[in-house]
Amino acid sequence: MLDAGAPPLVQVEDLKMHFPIYTGIFRKHTGDVKAVDGVSFDITAGQTLGLVGESGCGKSTVGRAMLRLYEPTAGRVIIDGDDVAKLAPEALRRKRPTMQMVFQDPQASLNPRMTLADIVSEPLDEHTDWTRDRKLERVYELMDQVGLNRRFVNRFPHEFSGGQRQRIGIARALALKPRFIVCDEPIAALDVSIQAQVVNLLEDLQEKLGLTYLFISHDLSMVRHLAQRVAVMYLGRIAELSPSRDLYARPLHPYAEALLSAVNEPDPELAARRNRIILKGDVPSPANPPKGCNFCTRCPKVMDICRNVKPSLAEVEPGRLVACHLYTPAAGSTGGSEANERNQQGETR
Amino acid sequence: MAEPAASVLEVRDLKTVFRTRGGEIHAVNDVSFHLRKGELLGVVGESGSGKSVTMMSLLRLLPMPPAEVRGGQAFLNGRDLISMSDEELRSVRGAKVGFVFQDPMTSLNPVFTLGNQIMEPLIKHMKMSKAQAEARAVELLELVGIPDARRRLYQYPHQFSGGMRQRVMIAIALACDPDVLIADEPTTALDVTIQAQILELVRELRQKLGMAIIWITHDLGVIAGIADRVMVMYGGQIVEQAPVRELFANPQHPYTRALLQTIPRISGPRDARLKVIEGQPPILSGPLTACPFRARCEFRHDTCDQLNPARRPIDGLPLGKGHDVACHWHAPASAEVAHA
Repeated sequence: MLDAGAPPLVQVEDLKMHFPIYTGIFRKHTGDVKAVDGVSFDITAGQTLGLVGESGCGKSTVGRAMLRLYEPTAGRVIIDGDDVAKLAPEALRRKRPTMQMVFQDPQASLNPRMTLADIVSEPLDEHTDWTRDRKLERVYELMDQVGLNRRFVNRFPHEFSGGQRQRIGIARALALKPRFIVCDEPIAALDVSIQAQVVNLLEDLQEKLGLTYLFISHDLSMVRHLAQRVAVMYLGRIAELSPSRDLYARPLHPYAEALLSAVNEPDPELAARRNRIILKGDVPSPANPPKGCNFCTRCPKVMDICRNVKPSLAEVEPGRLVACHLYTPAAGSTGGSEANERNQQGETR
Repeated sequence: MAEPAASVLEVRDLKTVFRTRGGEIHAVNDVSFHLRKGELLGVVGESGSGKSVTMMSLLRLLPMPPAEVRGGQAFLNGRDLISMSDEELRSVRGAKVGFVFQDPMTSLNPVFTLGNQIMEPLIKHMKMSKAQAEARAVELLELVGIPDARRRLYQYPHQFSGGMRQRVMIAIALACDPDVLIADEPTTALDVTIQAQILELVRELRQKLGMAIIWITHDLGVIAGIADRVMVMYGGQIVEQAPVRELFANPQHPYTRALLQTIPRISGPRDARLKVIEGQPPILSGPLTACPFRARCEFRHDTCDQLNPARRPIDGLPLGKGHDVACHWHAPASAEVAHA
C-alpha cells in the first residue's frame, strides 16, 4: 500500500465519525449524520497527503476527528506509534504537542484580546515549565521562521492582514515542535496573491523541520502543487486515493474525473477545448446516504450494482486505490477497460 | 470576437469615496469602461480592488454615507445613472439591470416563498397581474433549470441547496428581461461541480437571451472560461483591459503577469515553487498620486513613485477597443523578460 520505503507516520483505519440526530420532545435518537463513514489512509513521514472534496463531504471532520477535537465513533488513528483515538485524557494531553492544526479562518481562530506573543506562547504555557524569557525567545524564533517581523510581537490580531494572521496561526501550531500538522483549508480565506506566500511558507517549513501534513482543501490545483498523494472524498467516504501525478493525469473514479474536469484553468484556449463533465443534481444528505455507492445518484457511469452494493476501496493499479464497481472483477472486465478508455478521452489536451 | 456592437453601458471617470472616522478611502478612482451589447465583460481583482464597489456605485447600492459617488457618469442606453433621481433609478434596478450577488444563502429573504420573490419585480416593474407573474415565474425557473418548477414556487429558500438558490437568484435577476446583468462573484460560494453547472447555465442563457453581462470575480480560471473581454482592477482602478485570449496570452501589467504565475495549474508541468507577489495590497487613503502597485512591483522605477500611470493602448486601437494597460514600465520589448 505504501509507495515509498519510509514508514508511515500516520495511519488511519476505518475512521468513523457519526453525529447523532435527536428529535421530538424526548430527544429520541432517530438517526446519525454519517459525516465520516469508514475512511482509511496513511501518510509517509515528511510527506503531504491532500484531502479534497466538496463542502459537506467530511474532509474537515476527518482532520478534526484525527486530532481528537471530536471523539471518533470508531476506527484507529495511529500517529507516531500511538492510537490517538483511544488515548486516555492525560496521555492525550501529553501527545498533543506532536500533532497540531492550522485552521481555515485566521480571523476566527485567533483570540482578538490576546497579543501575538500571548497567542504563540500559549501552547508553551500549557506544555512546558519554561521561564518567561525562554518562552519569549521561542516566540521570536518562531516569528523568524514564519516571516513575521519581531517588532509586531505585542500587536493584536486585528492589526494584521489575513496572510499575516495565517502566519501567526502557523507559528502557534509550530510552537511545540510537532511532527504532524493538519492544515484545514489554510489558504481558502486568503486573496490569490497572498495564497502563494502561505503555501511557499508551508513547503519551506516542511523541508526544514521534516513535517508531515494532511492538507485539506477544495482547491484541486493547489493540492496538486503540494501533495505527493491525494485522497478524494465524497459523502463521508474516500472515492479514490492515488499518487498526485497519476490522479491528475488520469483520474479513475468517475467522481474524481468529474471533479477535476470542473476545475477552471486560467487559460481561455484550453477552456474552449475542454471536455467538461457536468454532474447533475446535488450531493445527497449524509444523514440519509444512498443504499449502494454514495455517488450513484449523480454518477454518469452508474450500473445496477452501484445502487445496491457499496464498493470498497481496493487497489486497482499499483499504488492506486479506488472505490468503484467499474474496477471490481465482479462487474465484468469490459466495464473496467471501457471506463479507462473514457477516462483517457476525457483528459485535457 | 465579433465586430464591436453598440455600447449598452458606458461609464466615465467614476469616483467613489468612503468617508470613515479614520479618513477617506478612495475605493474607485476614475474608472472608465463600456459594455457592448451581448458581451460578457469579466472584472478581475482581489478583495479591496474596487471591483464590486464600482458596480454597486452605478446602481446606488452602497450605504450612503459612508459611501459617496464623487464624480463620473454612467450611461445606460444613453441615460446617466449617476445624475438620476432615486425614483428614476428604482425603475432601472431589477428592470433594466439585474444583479446577482455572491452569497445565495443570504440574498434571498427566508420568510417569503420563492414565488413571492420572483414575482415581486414582475408585478412592480412589469405591472403584471398575479396570474401573469406566476406563469412567468414558472417559465423563469424552468429556464434556469429547476425541475418541478410549479411546486417549487411555493417553497422557502431553506428548502433549496446552494446551487439551486443561485439559480433562483439568476431567475430573479432575469425576470424583467434586463439589458445588463451584473453578477458579483456568483459562483464563489459554490463547490466546483455546482460552479460548473452554473457556468454552463450562464453560457446557455447568453445564447438564448443575448443580454450583456458583467461578471465580477477573483478567479482567473472562471474568467478564462466565460468572458469575452476582461478588465483587471487593482487599487481602485483599471490596470489592464483586453479581449480574454489576448489578456491570457499576452498579459502586460506586472500585476496581471504575477497573478497568472502565482496560481498553480491543474495540468501541464508542476511548478517546483509558486511565484509570490510580495507585500500587501495598498490602503487607498488618498487620491492616487503614484502607481498603486509600485510597492509590490519587480519592475519599479522612479517614475512609478511620482506619477500614477494612465491607461494606454498597446495595439494602436482606441482606448477600450483593444488591449490597454496602465503601467510606466510597459514597452513592447519587455515581453521576453517575464517569459524567460
